[in-house]
Amino acid sequence: MKRSFIIIGVILLIAFIIYRLFAGTYNQMVTEDENVKNKWAQVENQYQQRMDLIPNLVNTVKGAAEFEKGTLTAVVEARASATQVKVDPSQLTPENIQKFQAAQGQLSTALGRLLMVVENYPNLKANQNFLELQATLEGTERRIAVARKDFNDAAQAFNTYIRKFPQTLLAGMFGFSQKGYFEAEKGAEKAPEVKF
Amino acid sequence: MLKQKLSCMVAVLFAMLFAHLVSAQELPPLPNPPKLVNDYAGVLTDEQRQLLEDKLVAFDDSTSTQIAIVLIQSTGVYPVDDYAIALFREWGIGRKEKNNGALILAAMSDRRMTIITGYGLEGSLPDAICKRIIELVIKPRFKEQNYYEGLDAATTEMMQRVKGEFTADESYSSNDTNSILPAIVIVLAIFFLIFSVRIARVRRYAQLNNIGFWTAWTLLNAADRANRGNRGSNWSGGSSWGGGSSWGGGSSGGFGGFGGGSTGGGGATGGW
Repeated sequence: MKRSFIIIGVILLIAFIIYRLFAGTYNQMVTEDENVKNKWAQVENQYQQRMDLIPNLVNTVKGAAEFEKGTLTAVVEARASATQVKVDPSQLTPENIQKFQAAQGQLSTALGRLLMVVENYPNLKANQNFLELQATLEGTERRIAVARKDFNDAAQAFNTYIRKFPQTLLAGMFGFSQKGYFEAEKGAEKAPEVKF
Repeated sequence: MLKQKLSCMVAVLFAMLFAHLVSAQELPPLPNPPKLVNDYAGVLTDEQRQLLEDKLVAFDDSTSTQIAIVLIQSTGVYPVDDYAIALFREWGIGRKEKNNGALILAAMSDRRMTIITGYGLEGSLPDAICKRIIELVIKPRFKEQNYYEGLDAATTEMMQRVKGEFTADESYSSNDTNSILPAIVIVLAIFFLIFSVRIARVRRYAQLNNIGFWTAWTLLNAADRANRGNRGSNWSGGSSWGGGSSWGGGSSGGFGGFGGGSTGGGGATGGW
């Protein structure tokens, strides 16, 4: 009689410990996951801001100078295709992030080329409206870089957490998978260096 | 699977390598006591530094907005804005819940400068405005080596734009105790001084007249009271002591420290 009480007690205790372990791990994963999503929202937000700047930029350039059509069309097209690529925040897989980065990288390249060509148009460089847009674009590129770095940090914290023992056993069960990273820009994708 | 993991790790490594992460060791340490104007390059005179500091501390007191100035020789291999963002976050310029900090950083021998704004100041100090301040306000003055004038004019411009956006509030209370404490110490010190002078006087009086300490104390007190009655008008001159409080205010109005604010990288950069 007494013995069975002890056995039941031990079983209950073990069950409780396991429950706490599961609950704690799960909650921590949710917290880390939310943090990554939050940082992702910042990244998207900043990239969106860059896209919002482009129509204005294109119009200003068009209005101020006889500009070769090719560079402008490239920017407009790259923007259009970049808007197509949306990433579901719950699916931040390496593949999705790579796709997103590739699309935005094309836009970066087109923008970089545009700003390079602008160097040959002194009247554009004296245009107040253009200068402000250029400064805003420069700031946006920097904010994108900061947001990406913050996202990478958060993703790394999440990935490290779910790959450790015993979380690694539970992550799959709870449906958490590794997040992707932004990779370093490869040459041409580098944000345009805007100089005055 | 292993290959995928490996390539993932390599990617992270490269990302870290190329993102120009500025590690905390390479940044100047948080000044102690905290200061808003930090001239590591030695281009400002003490007086100029103090003028800027007083101006920025007063602005922090009234609006809770922290504008910090850092002058260094060089940012090394890092772009000036990367360096400034890392420093901004390391020091935590601005209030934590408002992120209302701004950092003006200039690398003197690189001849590069940047203004970095906290999340909360991006509205009142948009990138284009920061760029304009650098190009039109700071640059011409820095070119003529008028560093103080450039910084003074730039901070004035920034203050005008930020004014009204934030006000000082209860989050500042931790700072208030900081400014009260020195005042209390000073008052206590003055009391102690007066008291010890008085005790010495009573002692001498007691010895001279060969009477007990407390007897001497009462006698002297009575004598003083009588005297005070005679030259009462003289004592009103004692109100000049009140002027001492302004001196106390000067030393207690020091900067209370950075508030843990962060930045998303808004602002602008430029060279001169």
